[in-house]
Amino acid sequence: MLIDWFTVGAQALNFLILVWLLRRFLYKPILSAIDAREKRIETELADADAKKAEAQKEREEFHHKNEEFDQQRTALLSQATDEAQAERGRLLDEARKAAEALSSKRQETLRNEAHNLYQAISRRTQQEVFATARKTLADLAGMSLEERIVEVFVRRLHELNGEKKKQLVSALKASPNPVVVRTAFDVTPAQRSSTEGAIKETLGMETQIQFEIAPDLIGGIELITNGQKVGWSIADYLASLEKNVNELLKDTDKPEVKAESKSEKPKSEAKQ
Amino acid sequence: MRLSPDEMIFWQHGFLKINATIVFTWGLMLTLAVGSLLITRKLSKELERSRWQNLLEIVVTGMEKQIGDVGLRHPEKYLDFLGTLFLFIASASLCTIIPGYEPPTGSLSTTVALALCVFAAVPLFGIEAQGIGGYLQSYVKPTVIMLPFNIISELSRTLALAVRLFGNMMSGAMIIAILLTITPFIFPVVMTALGLLTGMVQAYIFSILAAVYIAAATRTREGKLEPEAIH
Repeated sequence: MLIDWFTVGAQALNFLILVWLLRRFLYKPILSAIDAREKRIETELADADAKKAEAQKEREEFHHKNEEFDQQRTALLSQATDEAQAERGRLLDEARKAAEALSSKRQETLRNEAHNLYQAISRRTQQEVFATARKTLADLAGMSLEERIVEVFVRRLHELNGEKKKQLVSALKASPNPVVVRTAFDVTPAQRSSTEGAIKETLGMETQIQFEIAPDLIGGIELITNGQKVGWSIADYLASLEKNVNELLKDTDKPEVKAESKSEKPKSEAKQ
Repeated sequence: MRLSPDEMIFWQHGFLKINATIVFTWGLMLTLAVGSLLITRKLSKELERSRWQNLLEIVVTGMEKQIGDVGLRHPEKYLDFLGTLFLFIASASLCTIIPGYEPPTGSLSTTVALALCVFAAVPLFGIEAQGIGGYLQSYVKPTVIMLPFNIISELSRTLALAVRLFGNMMSGAMIIAILLTITPFIFPVVMTALGLLTGMVQAYIFSILAAVYIAAATRTREGKLEPEAIH
């Protein structure tokens, strides 16, 4: 007999025991290990996804911040540039103004100096001329300078030609004020009456005459009415002299001023 | 000449006896259990793992996949039974390369015991899956007339399982034994290699047939539902 029933039972039992043993030592541990690994891989993948998403988010955030920073930097830079430009302009303006002020002050000083010099020269010349004329007249005619002045004035009145005389007459007629005769000195009654006579004779009309003393005329006499003037004074000659001197000084000043102005500013006031 | 290792008895006390079949089976059980224990004792749950663990994982997941391919849902539920069938028969065949070893599956007692286990397991899994009523009803389908034929089929396929495995394993062992007496060189080696192949094929056939029987027993209701679902 090929079948031994005890062996059959024993083998069936053995097989069942083997099933239990393998279940205990093989299938369960292996399957649980595989499950754990799969779970772990799933978790890691999920983690990786989350990290990736986070990294992406951070990247975008960083990118955004970078752009913002760039914009801010550009804005700040442009602002700083603008401010620097404005500051530069302001400083240049200030420097220009200061230079202009300095230049004008210097020119003013120069002008003042020149003016003072002219005045001194004028005064001195006037005084010299006055003294010379006085001495000369006194030596020559033996009369005072004032008398000679009044004589000259009277002669001038007589010598007035038609056009000038007409203007003077119409001015006198139009003016309600009396005729003013200004002299640099105190006129004597004789001189006064000769002057009044000459005026009346010249103009051919009765008019009230007022005498005034004006020291600035420097040895002169003049008739003034309503804008018209007839007279003689050293001041006139001196004015002419002054004019000539001025022109002379201008001619001598010009090159100097030009040379100075070149070093400071090309368009300075060279005419001064 | 011995046809079965049953005849080689080491110890006997009345009905009780310890023969070569039982001893070799114990040896296989010990090897399988201790080997599994040694490998699974320090299982790695990380991505890095030992090559032995890798081998076992391939074997276990491969068996699980085969069971699933047969059509059983939840293959891990049947893995204990079907997987052990395959591993026992396969290792019994594989060990034939060891001189002096005789496969316990070359004993009709062992194959009958395994077939009886399948014979018992099929209704158990069937009842678990669809209840005792549902399982018993599968015997009278499509008509009551089929009841005796179904019962005969149940018995005959169990017998066929036992005899097929026994015949193949015994014949392999016998051929090698005969060839060793006739041409001791080369041919036994070739036949041993062939025996390994047929042993593996038999292990596969036995466990796949068992899986198919279990699947048939557990899928009766599902099979009935499927046409309705289609219509």
